[in-house]
Amino acid sequence: MKWVYTSQRKEYANALVEIGMARTDVVVLDADLSSSTRTGEFAKKFPERFFNVGIAEQNLMGTSAGLAVSGKIVFASTFAVFATGRCWDQIRQSIAYPNINVKIVATHAGITVGGDGASHQALEDIGLMSILPNMCVIVPSDGIEAYKAVKAVVDHPGPCYVRLGRADVPMVTTMDSPFTIGKATVLREGTDVTLVGCGQMVAVCMDAAEELKKAGISAEVINMSTIKPLDVNTLVRSAKKTGCVVTAEEHSVRSGLGSTVACALSESYPVPLRRVGTPDCFGESGESSLLMSRYGLTAEHIIASAEEVIKRKRT
Amino acid sequence: MTLYDDQTIQMLESKANLLRRHIIKMTFAAQSGHPGGSLSYADIVTALFFKVMRHRPSEPNWEDRDKFVLSKGHAAPVYYAALAESGYFPVEDLLSLRKLGSHLQGHPCRKKTPGVEMSTGSLGQGLSVANGMALAAKLDRRMTRIFCLMGDGELQEGQNWEAAMLSSHYKLDNITAFVDRNKMQIDGPTEQIMSLEPLVDKWKAFGWNVLEINGHDMRQILDACDAAVHVTGKPTMIIAHTIKGKGVSFMEGAIAFHGKAPNADEYRIALKELGESI
Repeated sequence: MKWVYTSQRKEYANALVEIGMARTDVVVLDADLSSSTRTGEFAKKFPERFFNVGIAEQNLMGTSAGLAVSGKIVFASTFAVFATGRCWDQIRQSIAYPNINVKIVATHAGITVGGDGASHQALEDIGLMSILPNMCVIVPSDGIEAYKAVKAVVDHPGPCYVRLGRADVPMVTTMDSPFTIGKATVLREGTDVTLVGCGQMVAVCMDAAEELKKAGISAEVINMSTIKPLDVNTLVRSAKKTGCVVTAEEHSVRSGLGSTVACALSESYPVPLRRVGTPDCFGESGESSLLMSRYGLTAEHIIASAEEVIKRKRT
Repeated sequence: MTLYDDQTIQMLESKANLLRRHIIKMTFAAQSGHPGGSLSYADIVTALFFKVMRHRPSEPNWEDRDKFVLSKGHAAPVYYAALAESGYFPVEDLLSLRKLGSHLQGHPCRKKTPGVEMSTGSLGQGLSVANGMALAAKLDRRMTRIFCLMGDGELQEGQNWEAAMLSSHYKLDNITAFVDRNKMQIDGPTEQIMSLEPLVDKWKAFGWNVLEINGHDMRQILDACDAAVHVTGKPTMIIAHTIKGKGVSFMEGAIAFHGKAPNADEYRIALKELGESI
């Protein structure tokens, strides 16, 4: 499909600045990556409400916690790999356990970080955040949804994790598309197989659905932008209709969207299922699109998985 | 030069003794918990809750209150005793420490216990939280002071030093922090396990105003708290030289009572030494 590309980070900055103008109780913290995460845009407009903690992610989360228990709504940003791994215990103890208003908006998630390599490619962050009680986990599919998610978390009580990418991503939604935390949206109706995606893999699902159509297969595409709480109703309704499911994420299949969907369906409505995502391994340096191919994150991988689950359904 | 009359000092000393008796009763009832590090902080916690801090137990969310963060969360018994004696919840609740269904968790939990400002327990996280509270107070132009009570062993956690940099970088002169310098940690003396000295120089090098006191001398505690208020542009660290288990002879300096409750005999002797016969 011919896609228009949008920047999630740019939309994050746009949303932050608007929130900053509307509310004086919102503060933003970053750990020396404000030019990359784009929280620098907020810092320019509201320098007194922006705090750079330097290269210190544990302190980033702890300081955010202190501001949040003092009544502030706090956005804490850095790269996803550091935002979730380097300070997981601080998030657990000082944010999730006390159930406070820290909104962790992490950028540079996934394999498409590219050249920086495995040390910087967060493929475990959805799992690390989802396992924490009280934590809401959102993976916006494009720039518009990133904007809406950032706006939405302000009014969502408690801790939230919003996962954004570095690269520009295909625009699969419009400003008019509905976005509610905890609600999936069906982007394309189908009857033979359900493709469930999050993040930029939603666009890849749409590409795969288009190709499947040419082969006479009708694929339904679900944009599962909230991983936790999972919209089980939309998922089960679709599984009942199509009878098989493929999940797609730019994340390890062991602890992300795929495993979450698999658990929900196996308890509620078991159907043949395959998970497209990175296998149980680290990434490596390379150009983003080549990495997507190397690590199994293309429309071809989704198509092959769809054909496989359809076959299992019929036997 | 001290502002406090003998009567005030005696009242506080007697209150500290009461908190110590609570600590013994609570940990005995729970048959677990951390008496040693609670006893060493008893005088400082007493000074803060019953003299220094502005707080309203009948209005726990009073916006201009001072804030208290127990970074060494395992000293929860002394914190709970102070909260109960302040009136945040009934004193009888203290004996439910660590029991299923109790609001008194093994380590402080702000969701459960009235008056607890922040959940702690995983060491080394309190000062970062205090920083956030101090930044918020400055943003809101409140007089709020933030009191952060740290252990000495927990200074081995790296996050403290990230936080120490931030407090001085943002000139958080509304923070008064304490280190309970009892020189002991679970595995032995701090200087043998992982040396902390020169501790005063370390905090000074990180841009803090540093005071050293005897953490069991009520006048010194109060004077240091007052001195901290008059320092501008810098956070204040009060290194309080203390004795682990202070007040109970067989617990004093005894690492065994870091995380061990007294047995029935020890319980009786401890209370007797603290002036209560049972």
